[in-house]
Amino acid sequence: MTTTRPATPTRPAGPTAQRVTQARVIRSEWTKLRSVPSTAWSLLVAVGLIVGVGALYSLLRVTRPPSDPAAVASFDPTAVSLAGVQLAELAVGILGVLLVAGEYATGTIRVSFAAVPRRLPVLWGKAVVIGLTTLVLCLPATLAAFLVGQSILSAEQLDIPLSDPGVARAVLGSALYLGAVGLLGLGLGALLRSTAGAVAGLFGVLFAPQLLAGLLPAAWSDRIYPYLPVPAGVAVTAVEPDPAALAPWSGFALFGLYVAVVLALAAWRLRRRDA
Amino acid sequence: MIEAHGLTKRYGDKLAVDDLTFTVRPGVVTGFLGPNGAGKSTTMRMVLGLDAPTGGSVTVNGRPYREHAAPLREVGALLDARSVHPGRSAYTHLLALAQTCGIRRSRVDEVVEAVGLGGVARGRAGGFSLGMGQRLGIAAALLGDPRTVILDEPVNGLDTEGIRWIRSLLRGLAAEGRTVFVSSHLMSEMAMTAQHLIVIGRGRLIADTGTDDFIAGAAPGGVRVRSTDPDALASLLRSRDATVSGAEDGALAVTGLSTDEVGRIAGAAGITLLELTAEQASLEEAFMDLTRDAVEFRAPTTGGGPR
Repeated sequence: MTTTRPATPTRPAGPTAQRVTQARVIRSEWTKLRSVPSTAWSLLVAVGLIVGVGALYSLLRVTRPPSDPAAVASFDPTAVSLAGVQLAELAVGILGVLLVAGEYATGTIRVSFAAVPRRLPVLWGKAVVIGLTTLVLCLPATLAAFLVGQSILSAEQLDIPLSDPGVARAVLGSALYLGAVGLLGLGLGALLRSTAGAVAGLFGVLFAPQLLAGLLPAAWSDRIYPYLPVPAGVAVTAVEPDPAALAPWSGFALFGLYVAVVLALAAWRLRRRDA
Repeated sequence: MIEAHGLTKRYGDKLAVDDLTFTVRPGVVTGFLGPNGAGKSTTMRMVLGLDAPTGGSVTVNGRPYREHAAPLREVGALLDARSVHPGRSAYTHLLALAQTCGIRRSRVDEVVEAVGLGGVARGRAGGFSLGMGQRLGIAAALLGDPRTVILDEPVNGLDTEGIRWIRSLLRGLAAEGRTVFVSSHLMSEMAMTAQHLIVIGRGRLIADTGTDDFIAGAAPGGVRVRSTDPDALASLLRSRDATVSGAEDGALAVTGLSTDEVGRIAGAAGITLLELTAEQASLEEAFMDLTRDAVEFRAPTTGGGPR
């Protein structure tokens, strides 16, 4: 046989391929996450929205400060500085969708499942990297948004210190909520397999229940509203617990349960369906 | 070693793979041949546990693919050259694959060099040609130094140099004792690469035989002979149970006798031969004859013309 290159590269002694483990799959998923441009873009947009929208909204409120005592009493400086979280959740959720629906779109899901034939480690690996990456980037972002916002609001003495009851929890809770939305996007992407379908599903889960509840008689909608995904999830981001909403951590736990159900359905479908 | 027993895949009313039983042995290149839509890719996906069979079973190196703890050491597969994220580099695509089972980084560099992508591995794979995508897919298949290699239509999109490289690569892998299972819809390509053929059409097994036997059986050789007295020669040859037909230029097309026999018959009768040639029917033609009833997609034949 004549060939310019050796047919198979010779390898030094030692095993080449070892067992597939969850830790190895997490490393692999981290490599995948960081090696596509859409990751950096989504996260940059998310961080930019958290800090930028928070600062803009704080500036807006400073120029038009609450006038009467009732408005001053109900003014929530933490919520003002964290206003960007409600927009950043879309960027983070879409990143979660792309992480798995993108693999179906490009066909790389077959490469992934051929390497990890038990499949579920791939889903859990993606969940770990999207959850941790979102949290690690969004926690400094929500903290920065809070500090920037408060320094702007201090011009009118509207600011609040981080040490006040519930404030630190709201800042941390906002980042946790964003991490959970990333997982929700991931679960929807794995469940629906198409980017467009999963993005539509994400918008549906985040916005549709509140709209539909509004169509019900007030007695009913008031009763179910606290248990809807987003109202439950954002309870943890409120400094003053809303009497109409669930308690902060109960609400977040319920949102986590919704996300877990979506991920469980995705896992069930991943195991059963042809790739 | 790949062993399929009664492997069946049904999509709704359509049987994509119909009761396939075959064994792919190590040490030789086994070609998996069939027209487009015959069920080759579906079969390969079932081998890799990506699609679940409707019936039957298939094992790789003795057990179902899903049960291997280190699947990349058992099987390296190329299913689709476009299966790479366009925004990711070839290097990180392979690295992510390697990390699932602890393959070291230097091995990624080795396979990148081995398939000739050394210069472009760090660039975005979205700019790759189909041929470069095939090379990347082959690099991925070799990554785990697997005992079994499965390649779906690997020569698609490759240039002549690439096709020659693939042939020697596949034969080299087989010579090292690996199981090499490679699909194609091109008979001529498989005739040059594979020592064993598994031929399917419409999901059903048509042939499972050595390539040489398949060619000999499917395309019986003929003899072309031109002489000073074609009529006399034709009747002589017919008396020896040969089938003889005339060609336009006065030559005879003879089947059932070898060139040696035709030459001796003519010599004994004192007929001068002007030309005596052994002819092999075209492989593609033989393959088409074999799979004619099993072709799913075919343009309507335009009347009159030769096949």
